[in-house]
Amino acid sequence: MSVLLDISHMDMEFPNPKGAFTALKDVNLKIRQGEFVSLIGHSGCGKSTVLNVVAGLYQATRGGVILNGKEVLEPGPERAVVFQNHSLLPWLTAYENVELAVKQVFRKSKSKVEMREWIEHNLNLVHMGHAIHKRPSEISGGMKQRVGIARALAMQPKVLLMDEPFGALDALTRAHMQDSLMEIQAELNNTVIMITHDVDEAVLLSDRIVMMTNGPAATIGEILKIDLERPRHRLDLADDTHYNRYRAQVLKFLHERHSKPDVRTAPALNTETNSVDTGSEPDKTKNKNTERTDAVVDAA
Amino acid sequence: MASTTLGNGRLAALRLPRLDGSLLSNSAKYMALPLTGILVFLLLWSFSARQIDTSLGKFPGPAAVADQFEALYREHQRSREKERAFYERQEIRNAKRVAEDPGYIPKLRAYTGKETFIDQIGTSLVTVMSGFLLAAAIAIPLGIAIGLSPALNSAVNPIIQIFKPVSPLAWLPLVTMVVSALYTSPDPIIAKSFLNSLITVTLCCLWPMVINTAVGVAGIDRDLVNVSRVLRLPALKHVQKIVLPASIPMIFTGMRLSLGVAWMVLIAAEMLAQNPGLGKFVWDEFQNGSSDSLARIMAAVLVIGVIGFLLDRGMLTLQKFVSWDKVASQ
Repeated sequence: MSVLLDISHMDMEFPNPKGAFTALKDVNLKIRQGEFVSLIGHSGCGKSTVLNVVAGLYQATRGGVILNGKEVLEPGPERAVVFQNHSLLPWLTAYENVELAVKQVFRKSKSKVEMREWIEHNLNLVHMGHAIHKRPSEISGGMKQRVGIARALAMQPKVLLMDEPFGALDALTRAHMQDSLMEIQAELNNTVIMITHDVDEAVLLSDRIVMMTNGPAATIGEILKIDLERPRHRLDLADDTHYNRYRAQVLKFLHERHSKPDVRTAPALNTETNSVDTGSEPDKTKNKNTERTDAVVDAA
Repeated sequence: MASTTLGNGRLAALRLPRLDGSLLSNSAKYMALPLTGILVFLLLWSFSARQIDTSLGKFPGPAAVADQFEALYREHQRSREKERAFYERQEIRNAKRVAEDPGYIPKLRAYTGKETFIDQIGTSLVTVMSGFLLAAAIAIPLGIAIGLSPALNSAVNPIIQIFKPVSPLAWLPLVTMVVSALYTSPDPIIAKSFLNSLITVTLCCLWPMVINTAVGVAGIDRDLVNVSRVLRLPALKHVQKIVLPASIPMIFTGMRLSLGVAWMVLIAAEMLAQNPGLGKFVWDEFQNGSSDSLARIMAAVLVIGVIGFLLDRGMLTLQKFVSWDKVASQ
């Protein structure tokens, strides 16, 4: 399979009163057609920045993104984004939210009837066929996220970008959503980049897990290839030795190499916290601060 | 010692159930308490009115004002009757002239009786709505443009901040002179006085709408803007599909503030410039100085208050119909 998306030598600096803040430094990643790639790392490490540059919402300071041989310069529906907080327009129903996207993308190529069928097809795909005329305020968080995914899928994107799509959901709903996503993925074979905090989610869904070092000047620390057969079932995998080894590897990276990629350190103080979900800390800034102090301790 | 204890015990037995929210039924909350408030107000008003002696007699109490309400209404009916009689007479006269001389083209003259209280209410309402709508037509697009463009915001903001606190009374002489200078049609379709009031109202009620619309537009959720960018919505569609619905609650807040300002400004403008309307009615009664004048002014004050309240309620009802955000329009 050929390379569909090429992130090469991407630097990202944000202007700052005290000079530029370097968020990303030399990020390189090649993604093939149909691949499911997860980006994992601590809060504030720049995962979202990578995704936003690929989406075209930010422009990289140096380097850039090439999709299908063309440089990404602006946002567009061929790189549909599923935002963490669903981002549905609250004044439109589920149907109308998807319709807005479909009308924009297919206004020249589909007839009215085809568009309606396509909207309904995508809502059915995410199991939202029963609530297509409900507004976001009338449905649950998981259902909103389903509609958000339907809207993104309905754009028929070359790459589907998901920014912690299930981060705001409870564990049970999240598991349902992951299963749904795997089903859809098996059917459509989309190319997906997903940001996650959840190690289990990353291992369960991904073909490759891209682990990022901490910022500032964050970059890719390690890439882990997940060689598990599909379809994957979470219950079967719970006792699978390969699955658990992958999981342990990701955890180990997150706990040990949370500073620069070349700074190998002894297991940090917090290794005993066997937290699987590194995103579970409610206060992200606080989390960031503790990471920073860890880094200082490590350096010393 | 024993007797006091007994006394306390008796008092406790006689104590009424506490009048807190849980004991009051809904109808009491929504009807009885407001009615009690109004009743107490009327009593206080009636009592204090009797203590005040003015050069036009005692300050009017509720009863005197109620009498004047009735008198004003009867005056209105009488005037309408006169008007009808006038047109009847004119018609008969014209028919006669035409019968005598078939080549005669009848002249139709309009009735020019004094405007009644109820006519003045109508004039004021038409003026305030016209001024408000003109202001909204300018302010909402301008607010959207300012909200979308930080550069435009920086450019326009000082001007808004300077003009916002200006009293309508300061604008009025300028508006009057400018209208007289520019609007020089020999047979004006719109009265100059109406234009003066309208423009003064517009100038004063522009600002709350501009500011609130701009704040609403500038504060749209980044993610919704990003959705629009990913979909590559063209600018006009972006405004229509994302910006306008997202800022509707703030636009309505601005509109309600503006309408309140507009109504206050209008009465002042009408008083000062002798433009027809409720303000002119108040001023005329003040100049008239009859023994009924104060009661009639008080009647006008109440009507002005009730109309102001109804305008705000009307706006809120409109918001409920238009806005998707049912919480904001409670």
